Amino acid sequence: MKIQQTAAAGTMESSDIMVTISPSSGNNIEIELDSTVEKQFGDDIRRTISETLSELGITDAKVQAVDKGALDCAIKARVKAAAYRACGEESYQWGGAGK
Amino acid sequence: MSEIRLEQIPHLDELGHLDRVFHPEDILKNSRTLREREKLNNKIVPSLEEAIRLSGLKNGMTVSFHHHFRNGDYIVNMVMDKLAEMGFKDLVLAASSLSDCHAPLIEHIKNGVIRRIETSGLRGKLADEISHGLMDVPVIFRSHGGRAYAIETGELPIDVAFLGAPSCDPYGNANGYSRDEEGGVMCGSMGYAKCDAQYAKKTVILTNHIVPYPNAPFGIPESDVDYIVEVPAIGDPAGIMSGATRFTKNPKELLIAETAANVIEGSGRFKDGFSIQMGSGGASLAVARFLREKMLRDHIKASFALGGITGSIVDLHEEGLIQKILDVQSFDLRAAESLKNNRFHQQISASYYASPSNEGTAVNQLDIVVLSALEVDCDYNVNVLTGSDGVIRGAIGGHPDTAYGASVAIVVCPLTRGRIPCVVDKVNTVVTPGKTVDVIVTDHGVAVNPRRKNLLKNIQDFGIPVCTIEELCEKARKIVGTPTPIEYTDKVVGVVTYRDGSVIDLIRQVKG
Amino acid sequence: MKQLRRTMLFVPGNNPGMIKDAGIYGQDAIMFDLEDSVSLTEKDAARFLVYEALLTQDYNGKELVVRVNDPTTKCGVDDLEAMVRTQKVVIRLPKTESAEDVLVCEREIARIERENGIEEGSTRMMAAIESAAGVLNAKEIAFSSKRLIGIALGAEDYVTDLKTKRSPEGIELLFGRSMILLAARAAGIDAIDTVYSDVNNEEGFRKEVELIHQLGFDGKSIINPRQIQTVHDVYTPTQKEIDKALAVMDAIEEAHKKGSGVISLNGKMVDKPIVARAQRTLDLARAVGVLK
Repeated sequence: MKIQQTAAAGTMESSDIMVTISPSSGNNIEIELDSTVEKQFGDDIRRTISETLSELGITDAKVQAVDKGALDCAIKARVKAAAYRACGEESYQWGGAGK
Repeated sequence: MSEIRLEQIPHLDELGHLDRVFHPEDILKNSRTLREREKLNNKIVPSLEEAIRLSGLKNGMTVSFHHHFRNGDYIVNMVMDKLAEMGFKDLVLAASSLSDCHAPLIEHIKNGVIRRIETSGLRGKLADEISHGLMDVPVIFRSHGGRAYAIETGELPIDVAFLGAPSCDPYGNANGYSRDEEGGVMCGSMGYAKCDAQYAKKTVILTNHIVPYPNAPFGIPESDVDYIVEVPAIGDPAGIMSGATRFTKNPKELLIAETAANVIEGSGRFKDGFSIQMGSGGASLAVARFLREKMLRDHIKASFALGGITGSIVDLHEEGLIQKILDVQSFDLRAAESLKNNRFHQQISASYYASPSNEGTAVNQLDIVVLSALEVDCDYNVNVLTGSDGVIRGAIGGHPDTAYGASVAIVVCPLTRGRIPCVVDKVNTVVTPGKTVDVIVTDHGVAVNPRRKNLLKNIQDFGIPVCTIEELCEKARKIVGTPTPIEYTDKVVGVVTYRDGSVIDLIRQVKG
Repeated sequence: MKQLRRTMLFVPGNNPGMIKDAGIYGQDAIMFDLEDSVSLTEKDAARFLVYEALLTQDYNGKELVVRVNDPTTKCGVDDLEAMVRTQKVVIRLPKTESAEDVLVCEREIARIERENGIEEGSTRMMAAIESAAGVLNAKEIAFSSKRLIGIALGAEDYVTDLKTKRSPEGIELLFGRSMILLAARAAGIDAIDTVYSDVNNEEGFRKEVELIHQLGFDGKSIINPRQIQTVHDVYTPTQKEIDKALAVMDAIEEAHKKGSGVISLNGKMVDKPIVARAQRTLDLARAVGVLK
């Protein structure tokens, strides 16, 4: 998928993360993270964000994330929601639980 | 009356200082009225500066404060500003605790006015700066009982105590409320200030409310007070206490509270005449509500409740379910008013509350204590002082004192706070040793210290599912993941002492 | 052992904090909501969130249900696409008015199962009836699909449809509740009662639970964890009921030993309905742990 516009998903509530994705200027994933658990989980969060984007085939995006202690599943969900919105894509791909 | 010649007294040398004979002209009878006397002869000095001068304070000496005004306190900053202005250096600041509102102390530390600090806890910007290496000399952290003990034994000698009081008469009878007039600032019990007043070489009371003699009942007696300074304001009432600590509606806290109440019921200690202390956190506060139902159902009354007192304890007292309250610190207005109005709501000092010097100390009479925690580890050690980022953000309070004293020490905490695990392999800072902690109640399960085999059996037989602390720790890890270890430098910024003054842990400077 | 459905806790689908903690309470089932508690602009976000949570979170073996949006819309189909693939949830169909509504949803589910190599028919369903038409069609709805594990009443929309509002006594719901219960029993599936929204009215809530328990419902949808204990209290057999049921079972055993076809207890004949009730009491007592 290709980022077309700026879009966000998530809230500033506790246990949530507000993810804003925009087209990047270069050919890379740029992540700007502000997290209440930066010291303990900052690197994990950045890794989860970039892995999720790469699963979606996005190689090129600027991500701003304001994290209030979201779990991995919430981070993935917010990144996906923001990414689909930013790509203007409504045909969703689901991996499921496997066969 | 015969003429007295001292040498006629047999064994005069054994009888002490009998070296003078009474002469009526030596005394002057005062025929003024009480009100005239109060105005003419009293301990009120015109200014704080004057009180400081009279106190004989010198560079390097120790000044002390209480924290009954919590985050609304004006006294510490007011006095330290004045001391700085007067040019004092290298002082030791020994407060019973410090809060967010004490951030202005940072400047006094930088300017050399304060050389070192003793306290139960630190919060906010001051705590953050100290964690990041602001001070050369580490902060000494003491529990409430440990501080009282250190003062009593002379380990912590206080030169001048500056104690804010919501009411004081012209001779120094001071209290956290006043029976004479309604309104005004109230803090209830002055328990932590009592030891300071008693043991300090000089005690200065700062008050915005001078009331007529006698200010009875008093928390601090005039015999412990040297000077009184009237100031326009001693604190911000909103920061000193809330109207009534609100009963939580948070379902998670209620779940923890209900489980804790069940643990109390199943512990084998829930019998008529039991004694209890409950904290002021959301969950521990709600324990009172659930316990009430059980007490009514089984016709069980508590002999006393101890500690920081909240309105929910007062409710049980007024309902006849708790016979007496021993109050070292009133957490809300409802508690403060009860201290004023209820005959069997007794104000006690920090020493009476928790000092290890006295076998009769109140904490040693506890059957049950419910405590909160920032972190608990697999050895049952509890941390209430440093956050998971290594930064100081709490206070020891009476945690280790009550855990030691109570037959059953129950710690309530969520398994995770947001993404922060609260049950961990090793706590960042050991404040309360695991040997004295008996039950951990979380929203994901209950663990009982394997050292307490009978207690474990009681709780299991009662039908409460119990898991191991390792299982809780693993569950937390599964939910939030494994945090990156915090990086510290070698510099020690805080020394955590146990209640007897022995060093139980060190807090190091956080990197970055 | 029968799956208990005394309490089904609503969890708004777009709230990460509540989704994280949904498993810590004692309820029998969790119902993640993608429908009315999620605003139109956040449907996609909630769907991703519930989906990721279902794949990764441990809900302590509780039954998991997802209330999806109308499956005749793209949003509803997207919900099904995601949720059926998790293979972990019962699909709760909202605002069911007819058997055909169930079948539309079922066909989508079956297609998704086929396309993803999931055993066809393995995804279970519940239907919520929330209108006058739905109540009148309760029987055909209940019999419409083998996937159905139960039907539920959704009272807020239903009373609006009736041109009335909910009363503390719930007289306006009596017919609807009875219809749904009868339909469920006839079809051999569960009947789940509607939510009680006034969380602070504990007494009113208890009365309502006692009423629906007496009517025969298997359980109730709830909106706050504080309501769980009350429902479970009402649904737990008393010691007297358990003792009586055990006595009935002893009498049966006694009769078998004697080779007698007639079972009697304290001089009274024990007939089939009594045995069935006793068995149900004991099943429930075992399921809730008051009988080992």
